[in-house]
Amino acid sequence: MIALLLRDLRLAIRAGGGFGLGLAFFLIVTVLVPFGVGPEGDTLARIAPGILWVGALLACLLSLDRIFALDFEDGSLDLLATAPIPLEAVVTMKAAAHWLTTGLPLVVAAPVFGVLLNLQGEGFFWLTVSLALGTPALSVIGTFGAALTVGLKRGGLLLSLLVLPLYVPTLIFGAETVRRGTEGMETGAPLMLLAGITAASVALLPFASAAAIRVNLR
Amino acid sequence: MSIWEYANPKKFMQTSAWALPWVTGLAVIALVGGLIWGFFFTPDDYKQGSTVKIIYIHVPSAMMAINAWVMMLVASLIWIIRRHHVSALAAKAAAPIGMTMTLIALFTGAIWGQPMWGTWWAWDPRLTSFLILFLFYLGYIALWEAIDDPDTAADLTSVLCLVGSVFALLSRYAVNFWNQGLHQDASLSMDAEENVADVFWYPLLICIAGFVLLFVTLVLIRTRTEIRSRRLKALEARERMA
Repeated sequence: MIALLLRDLRLAIRAGGGFGLGLAFFLIVTVLVPFGVGPEGDTLARIAPGILWVGALLACLLSLDRIFALDFEDGSLDLLATAPIPLEAVVTMKAAAHWLTTGLPLVVAAPVFGVLLNLQGEGFFWLTVSLALGTPALSVIGTFGAALTVGLKRGGLLLSLLVLPLYVPTLIFGAETVRRGTEGMETGAPLMLLAGITAASVALLPFASAAAIRVNLR
Repeated sequence: MSIWEYANPKKFMQTSAWALPWVTGLAVIALVGGLIWGFFFTPDDYKQGSTVKIIYIHVPSAMMAINAWVMMLVASLIWIIRRHHVSALAAKAAAPIGMTMTLIALFTGAIWGQPMWGTWWAWDPRLTSFLILFLFYLGYIALWEAIDDPDTAADLTSVLCLVGSVFALLSRYAVNFWNQGLHQDASLSMDAEENVADVFWYPLLICIAGFVLLFVTLVLIRTRTEIRSRRLKALEARERMA
């Protein structure tokens, strides 16, 4: 399993892996928003938590179809499916690799982008915490979507249509945590619910993803 | 004699052919009767005037929008567990009907909300969760359309339906957390203190029954169509082989 994780990380980081594309996309979204809504600090500060969360979510979405597509094309997914480790573990490792290459950089970079959007005081801390807790759920849910669409030509658009509604609860609780944190209110409830979604997704969704891959490889 | 006999497409076709005219007739009677009673023979509400009559379409369609998804969930489970093709086809047949019901509920709600709340749309929990339900229907139907092999499509959409149900339920309570709403609370429950007045209640019950029967009728017709098109494909494949 560790070997599989390292292999995926290496493939993602080396040339042509698209590492950092998600981060660049996130930056561009953050830069474009002030052009759209105007440069007033108050407006930006109010929408910053939401924009940063939506931006992170879209950046995550962008790299989802790479999770299985390349392995499916060159046949290594068949080998992984017949490997001695269970397919559920393979799927979990794929999601972990996706999180390490997409989610983690977003968590680290988000506070910096928060400066661009005039995020206030406590917000930086809560943004980092909520993204760190929430992005694993985004990766795992996205892996499920990628598993559903792996055999399809032009699956990319369909993938977004399937995955985005599944992202709704995570987004609500994540952005709510940051909003409450910025306004100095109690953040315990949304943060715990967010952590709950992440824990449940990580525990249960790999079974659904593995089932979908088995169907697609049949 | 058990319900599983209808997993046999031939048996299903025979029974549904016999049942279809009856269900259709009952649906027409209930809908026409309930709507005419509701529109012409109930008083206007003292605050809402005649707009209250939208209730006879809005409430039944909203109920069917949710029930159609539940029916798809049950049919998907049957397909996953017992692999009865009729069940998978029934789930496929129900999806566009459920989506249409969701749209009807959203649109009649907007028409009702405009004079009552002064707005077509508000990010109220109920409205929002219905919009999300609509997106789930959209994804489900798109996945059916995208996959060529019928068995693969049935498997994958069933998995999506199971996972989607959990997340749809989760979203429904998450939006409660996110915003308080304009929409009134449930006023048809058996155990509630205050409910809709009896004058509106009886025709509404008939309309709900009519929408249920309408849903059953449409699902039967669409499932029969799916079975026939599957048979046609099998025949064509046999032609090509010969």
